[in-house]
Amino acid sequence: MRLSRTSKWILGVVTIVTLAIIYLPLSVVLVNSFNTSKNMAWPPPGLTLDWWQKASNSSGLMAALSTSVMVALGATAIALVLGTLLSMALARYKFFGKQAVSLLVVLPIALPGIVTGIALNNAFRTVLGWNLSIVTIMVAHATFCIVTVYNNVMARLTRMHPNLEEASADLGAGLWTTFRLVTFPQLGSALFAGGLLAFALSFDEIVVTTFTAGSGVQTLPIWILENMFRPNQAPVVNVVAVVLVVVSVIPIYFAQRLAGSEQRR
Amino acid sequence: MAGNSAPIAAIELVGVSKSFGAVTAVQNLDLVINDGEFFSMLGPSGSGKTTVLRIIAGFEPATSGTVLLAGQDVTSKAPFDRDVNTVFQDYALFPHMTVLENVAYGLRVRGIGKSERNLQALEALRMVRLEGFEDRKPSELSGGQRQRVALARAVVVKPKVLLLDEPLGALDLKLREQMQIELKELQRKLGITFIFVTHDQEEALTLSDRVAVFNQGRIEQIGTPRQLYERPESEFVARFVGTSNIFSESEAASLLAQPEACSVRPEKIEMRPSSQSQKDASVLPGKIIESIYIGSATRLIIEIDGGKKISVLRQASAGSETNFDRGQQVFIEIRNADLVPIKK
Repeated sequence: MRLSRTSKWILGVVTIVTLAIIYLPLSVVLVNSFNTSKNMAWPPPGLTLDWWQKASNSSGLMAALSTSVMVALGATAIALVLGTLLSMALARYKFFGKQAVSLLVVLPIALPGIVTGIALNNAFRTVLGWNLSIVTIMVAHATFCIVTVYNNVMARLTRMHPNLEEASADLGAGLWTTFRLVTFPQLGSALFAGGLLAFALSFDEIVVTTFTAGSGVQTLPIWILENMFRPNQAPVVNVVAVVLVVVSVIPIYFAQRLAGSEQRR
Repeated sequence: MAGNSAPIAAIELVGVSKSFGAVTAVQNLDLVINDGEFFSMLGPSGSGKTTVLRIIAGFEPATSGTVLLAGQDVTSKAPFDRDVNTVFQDYALFPHMTVLENVAYGLRVRGIGKSERNLQALEALRMVRLEGFEDRKPSELSGGQRQRVALARAVVVKPKVLLLDEPLGALDLKLREQMQIELKELQRKLGITFIFVTHDQEEALTLSDRVAVFNQGRIEQIGTPRQLYERPESEFVARFVGTSNIFSESEAASLLAQPEACSVRPEKIEMRPSSQSQKDASVLPGKIIESIYIGSATRLIIEIDGGKKISVLRQASAGSETNFDRGQQVFIEIRNADLVPIKK
C-alpha cells in the first residue's frame, strides 16, 4: 500500500508522540535515580551515585526483591506444570465438561484482583486453616499465571498436527516418551513465552499479594508502594525502577528473538 | 474361512464397525490380508478406507469387532504395542529432529544404543537412496525426500506390516510414478505385507496384488487388479475402477438382449461400417457427438438411437488411422463375451 506524503508525515508524528509518552517518563525516572535533590527537583541540581549505593545496602529492599523472585518462580513453576497438563487434556481429549473447564481456567485473569484476594484470603485462613506465608502468595499468583501458560501452549498444540504424536506411538513410544521426545520439544518456545508472562504477572502483582501475604512477608511491589512516599526512600525507589526496566528488557529481547527464529523456520 | 492348514493371515478383521457419533464410517467389515501381500484399499474420500487403516494401526478403537495381527487379537492394544508401522499422508516427520534422528527414533525408544541405531538408520536411508541427507532437518527436504524419510523411519524397526496412508498423494505426477516403482521394489526386497490406502484407481491397479474397493463404509469387491477391471461385480466398481458403460436392466434387455444389468469397457467396443449383425454380439447405430484425441488413443462419445451415450476408446494402431469426426454416423458392436453382469 502506498501512503501519501501527508499521511506518512502524520503517522510518523503520531508514532513519535506515542513512544515519547511511554518512554519519556521512564527516562525521567532514570535521571532522577542520579538526582542530588531528594524531592526530585527538575532539572536536577546535580548528579550523584548515593541512591544507588543506598539501594544496594538496603536490607529491606534486598529481602523484598528475593521474596518477589521466589514467589514469581514458584508461581511460574506451578503454572507451567498445571497449564501444560491442562492444555494437553483440552487439546487432545474429549470429555464431559470440557467447555466448562476451559472457561473456568481462563476466568481468573479477568476477575478483579481484589475479589480473588479476599476469596483466597478467606479460603486459606478459615477454610483450610493455613497460615499466610510466601507459599500462599505463590498459590494465589498461580491461579492467574496458569492462564498465560495455558493460552500459549494451547495455541501451539492446536497448530501442531496430532499426527506427530501418532507417529511416535506408532514407532513404539509410550505416552511419556512421546511427550518427552516429541511433544515437549515442540512446546519449548510456547512454554518459555507463557512462563515469561506468568513471571511478569506475578512479579508486579500487588492487590492479590496484599491479601495473601503473611505478616513480615514483603514483595518488591509492596515495598515500593510503602517507601515511595517516605522522603528518605523515594530516590531509592527510582533506582529500583531503573533496575526493573533493565531486567525486563532482557527476557523481552529473547522472547522476540525466539519468535523471530520460529517464523523463519 | 480356510481350514487349519492355511497360513496365518497377516491381518484379519472380523465384523469391524466404527461410528463417529451418528456417522457410521465402517460397517461390519470382514477382511483377510495375506502375509507378504501388497494390498490396496481403494475408494473415494469418506468411504472408510483410512478409518480401517487407523483401526489396524491402533489410532482409532473399533466400535465393535476384532482385529487380529498374525493371529493375535490386538483389538484393545495401543499403537506402540502393535507390530505394524505407518507412513502418514503428510509424512509426520518430527520437525525438531534431523533426518537421521527421525529414522532412528523407533530404535531409540526401543532402547537401542546410539551407535547401533545410527548404523541401522543409515542403512535404511541408503535403502531409500537418501545417504548424505542424514544431518538435514525435514524442512530442508523436498516432498519426495520427506516421503523417503518417512518410509525409512517406518521400515527400520522391521514391522510385519507396513501401513501406507495415501503416501504419494502430495507428490507431483512424475515423482509419483517413480515412487510407485520404488515402493513396489521395496516391498519385494523386504517381503513384508504392505497395506496401501489410495483414492487413485490407477495407482492401486499398478501396485497391488489384491485390491479392496471401498464404498460408504463397506467393501464392494476384493480381487486382483485384473479381476476388478475385467469382472467388476457392481456398478460402483465398474465406474470407480476405470471407465465403464453401464446398461441398466431395461437397457440391457432392449439394446443387448441380456437378462440383467451389465457393464462393458470402452476399449472392448468395436466400430463397424454397417449394421450387418454379428454372431453373439449386438450392433447398434449411433452418432459421434464427441471425439477427443488423447495421443495413443481417441475417446469417442457415441449417442445411440434412443439417446443413450456410449464411451468408446479407439487405440491408435500401426498403419493407417481412420478419422472419426463429430456428427458422423457409425455402428458399434458389443460382443456378449465382453459384457459383465453387475449386481445392483
